Amino acid sequence: MRLSGLEPLILNENSNFINVGERTNVAGSRKFLRLIKEEKFDEALAIARHQVDGGAQIVDINMDDGLLDGKEAMVRFLNLIAAEPDICRVPMMIDSSKWEIIEAGLQVVQGKCVVNSISLKEGEEKFIKEAKLVKQYGAAVIVMAFDEVGQADNYQRRIEIAQRSYDILVNKVGFPSEDIIFDLNIFPVATGMDEHRKNAIDFIEATRWVRENLENVSVSGGVSNVSFSFRGNNGVREAMHSVFLYYAIQAGMNMGIVNPALLEVYDDIPKDLLEHIEDVILDRREDATERLLDFAESVKGSKKEKGVDLSWRENPLQDRITHALVKGIDAFIIEDVEEARQHAEKPIEVIEGNLMAGMNVVGDLFGAGKMFLPQVVKSARVMKKAVGYLNPFIEEEKGEEQKALGKILMATVKGDVHDIGKNIVSVVLGCNNYEIVDLGVMVPPEKIIEAAKRENVDAIGLSGLITPSLDEMVYLAKEMERQNFVLPLLIGGATTSKAHTAVKIDTQYKNAVVHVNDASRAVTVVGDLLNKKTSHEYVAKLKKDYDEFRTKFLKRGKEKSYISIDEARKRKYKIDWNTSEIVKPKELGIQTLEQLSLKELVPFIDWSPFFRSWDLHGKFPDILTDEVVGEQASIMYEEAQTMIKEIIANQSFKPKAVFGLFEANSINEDDISVRKKGGEEFIFRTLRQQLKKREGIPNHALADFIAPKETGKTDYMGAFCVAIFGAQELADSYRSKEDDYNGIMAQAIADRFAEAFAEYLHKQIRTKRWGYDAEETLSNDDLIKESYKGIRPAPGYPACPDHLEKETIWDLLKVEENIGVVLTESLAMWPAAAVSGYYFANKEAKYFGLGKVTDDQITDYSERKGIKKEKARKWLHPNIADQ
Amino acid sequence: MSNITKEIKKRILVLDGAMGTMLQAYKFSEEDFRGERFKDYPTPLQGNNDLLSITQPEAIKTIHGKYFEAGADIVETNTFSGTTIAMADYQMEDLVYELNYQSAKIAKEVADDFTAREPHKPRFVAGSIGPTNRTASMSPDVNDPGYRAVTFDELRIAYKQQTEALIDGGVDLLLVETVFDTLNAKAALFAIEEVKDERGIEIPTMLSGTITDASGRTLSGQTAEAFLISVSHIPLLTVGFNCALGANLLQPHLEAIANKTNFGISAHPNAGLPNAFGEYDETPEEMGEQIEEYLKKDLINIIGGCCGTSPAHISVIANIAAKYKPRQTENV
Repeated sequence: MRLSGLEPLILNENSNFINVGERTNVAGSRKFLRLIKEEKFDEALAIARHQVDGGAQIVDINMDDGLLDGKEAMVRFLNLIAAEPDICRVPMMIDSSKWEIIEAGLQVVQGKCVVNSISLKEGEEKFIKEAKLVKQYGAAVIVMAFDEVGQADNYQRRIEIAQRSYDILVNKVGFPSEDIIFDLNIFPVATGMDEHRKNAIDFIEATRWVRENLENVSVSGGVSNVSFSFRGNNGVREAMHSVFLYYAIQAGMNMGIVNPALLEVYDDIPKDLLEHIEDVILDRREDATERLLDFAESVKGSKKEKGVDLSWRENPLQDRITHALVKGIDAFIIEDVEEARQHAEKPIEVIEGNLMAGMNVVGDLFGAGKMFLPQVVKSARVMKKAVGYLNPFIEEEKGEEQKALGKILMATVKGDVHDIGKNIVSVVLGCNNYEIVDLGVMVPPEKIIEAAKRENVDAIGLSGLITPSLDEMVYLAKEMERQNFVLPLLIGGATTSKAHTAVKIDTQYKNAVVHVNDASRAVTVVGDLLNKKTSHEYVAKLKKDYDEFRTKFLKRGKEKSYISIDEARKRKYKIDWNTSEIVKPKELGIQTLEQLSLKELVPFIDWSPFFRSWDLHGKFPDILTDEVVGEQASIMYEEAQTMIKEIIANQSFKPKAVFGLFEANSINEDDISVRKKGGEEFIFRTLRQQLKKREGIPNHALADFIAPKETGKTDYMGAFCVAIFGAQELADSYRSKEDDYNGIMAQAIADRFAEAFAEYLHKQIRTKRWGYDAEETLSNDDLIKESYKGIRPAPGYPACPDHLEKETIWDLLKVEENIGVVLTESLAMWPAAAVSGYYFANKEAKYFGLGKVTDDQITDYSERKGIKKEKARKWLHPNIADQ
Repeated sequence: MSNITKEIKKRILVLDGAMGTMLQAYKFSEEDFRGERFKDYPTPLQGNNDLLSITQPEAIKTIHGKYFEAGADIVETNTFSGTTIAMADYQMEDLVYELNYQSAKIAKEVADDFTAREPHKPRFVAGSIGPTNRTASMSPDVNDPGYRAVTFDELRIAYKQQTEALIDGGVDLLLVETVFDTLNAKAALFAIEEVKDERGIEIPTMLSGTITDASGRTLSGQTAEAFLISVSHIPLLTVGFNCALGANLLQPHLEAIANKTNFGISAHPNAGLPNAFGEYDETPEEMGEQIEEYLKKDLINIIGGCCGTSPAHISVIANIAAKYKPRQTENV
């Protein structure tokens, strides 16, 4: 295989193992993720540089994170790397589970890179299509041992999928065999579960088979996975990596993702540790995991007296129970639990009190990386023994059969197959006397919902390891909300985070959503959630906690730099007024429009928001045939059509509009002076973006789209207000007949008509009244997509969030006198189905979001407008950056 | 669709020399560039050499003919800047198809003429695809290294249009040349593959990079071998280098790639380095001597000249090339 950055990288029979740098991966490095999120690219580049300096021969770049625009981040970072010859001298590995991110990456790298990865997961067709493109872009490719059934997790499946993938690539796609790299899935060993015992040796043997049977290919893998269960104990992990690589390289693995900092020299591994690790990696003994676990204690350096040290037995009861749980010692648990039972009022309190207190400690230690998974499984076994002992007492007390503490549904979401974590949580919960309904992997949302109802479960646990799973979880939370679920939702898996849960999932579901970052925590969380006495309080606390966390997080996300208003003005959007076309409106002045038939507006209705107002989500017209909401949406659409016919027939709605087109110039940077025919002047105050942006990206204000007075050119702008009268009356008439449903329907339709009217009028303005785009031929879809020339921003919306400017529009157009639309005290329009705003015709005018502004602009704005600063602060409050 | 794959096995093929240098001799004025058709065109057009295929087709034909007479087997179409991206300077994006089509047609007429007269030495037309004036992997703004003035997709679309027009005009092969940014070249190759796929045709493609200075790297920073690896995913008739350097300075880079590829090797160096007045003054004999070194080392399948070379240079080169056997590889 031959790859290139600025320099070549040749991989052949004589090459040493190729080391792929892994620290520029947002999924694997919290630090890197943080730097990318905070746009600290210099530091992020330093990580990449450090990798190359440290001997990485390929740099793996991954931007798969639910809270990042992965495509944008990938392109941006690769572009920056291209400007750093000491980094881009090596080939890049473009790593994503999303094809669009991979393709975007391939389009910005001049050298021959590696795509990580493609697979048969979603079938041959997609596989072939992507492979063809990879070839056409000139890259090598990592093929995951993954097919439609799932991820290869034993020897046979690995070689079968490798063979099949190879045949398709070489024979059907014509892919050069030397550019194929197989990732045969490195999974953890020593997890405490029997089915994981052969994980390492199966990989090694499959590697041997692939290298012997599939000509020219390479074999790669993420090495750190193998020692996952020993996270927190780097001594053991380093040695495990070395041992694993020692055998895997002999078998033919020729490249891999390895953290050089986490690699011990094979020969330097102490003989006894080596033996224990080899027993585990090569699956040489039944008790290999237990033995390594015991031995690992000594490797940590905190060697304790073993076996004979019973001094802990002298401690108070709770300490003893906790100690037994943490250490996984079951020898004394029955006598301790019996002692606790005699002190307790009810036997159940021993579980909810003493034992849970101990499990909490286990959870904390595990969360801090101070306990390993197998140890947690051991703790769970002690717990189970204790609960088993207490059960007869609890039954006797209740006089009824002891039931499980609760029934928990567990599933790895659609599209994802990673289930180690989920299985461990299931085991731990099972040990704690919960009944588990495990739906397995790649479970579609409708199946989860259906099973939750059928089995009448008490909580749902979702797991996922890959980034797209995050979206699945969000979707499921939405579905649960839509179907009025009240069950708690547990979120877990390597890719999940408290931040994502708080920001994206918690907001979708009114009831409890908890991010459970490790297995032992699950027990206490589920215990708290299902405890009838305290759950209410717990859930409330949880919601509040997530809400605060979210607020903090979002703020932190927006911990952006701002520039002064003076600086922002220097960076205004500059239109070349010497060449920019200014079209004089056909007719200046104010006009009203009251004789319009509603029928004319119907084609301009954008239906998607109508459904959204009923909580039916989807794009019109696709929503009508949507699998989930299609039927409901179709019914509503029919009903709306019927009501519209009636409204038109009875003329129960009356559309009215006022608009004006005027001479205008921008003055004093951010203001727009508008002149009526008689010379009377009105001034709109616009607000300017202050977010610090990259060089060359302007800080917009609406005033930038109007020619400044200094140019000596006369420019123009417009303002408008449209409204639908009669909606309230119609709604009331339904309500008086106890028909709330049609009451809401009438209002929703009025809103649509108002928006349609604004769209209609804007088109009239563009093509006739102002006539700056007389040639325009746009469909309704194009209008919804805002493909037209010029803009019609509305006060209160992102470009001009300042509602106060509505007063200026009302003064200028005499809105109330002309058509009777009034402004309420809070500057809302009445009737409610109304839209007001400005017209800008310049073809460079575009919609933007103001974002946050800083105190200097508030001061400046209040002075310009001649109002008290407190008033300005009050109205602009949501747009003021915290300083 | 072409006999060139057969001819290249038989002998070293000779590519033509500079078009621009020959056109300079005509001293065309702004009016000449405009011709009747563009006399009211809003932008200045002098210097838009590609346009001469439409406004001064006789001059272009004459130059092609002189190179064939001098012994060239292949002439390049007058389309070095024939993309919407490069033509934007003259606001002539809409003319791109016609420019390429006409240039190809003119060259092909001349080639067919010579082939008819000398059937033992068939003549070929290579559609010249230049690098455009933008770089996809470098920022033109030193203060914003992440910025790009052109995207892969913009290049791909522009190259695709040029490729289609050249093929429609009758070229026998394509020559993606003077590659200073490999990412631009990859976009061109991507576009060519698309056209081949859509039309179900094969068309031989030559790819020629440019080593810009003594560092031995392309402008975008790649070594000769890294460049070779980056463009080897598409089957090429030849890969090689042109422009920027004279024949002597190009030799080490040709050697660097020659034993690492099964594609043919091409070279069309400048007539030495430009002097203080930007003129090239290496004589045909001087250049010929250096090129003979390539041939002695068995490095070459296609040889020609770039900036500063004339039919006189090509004549000398053709005579020398006739004495040597082409480089042997699996593919060629």
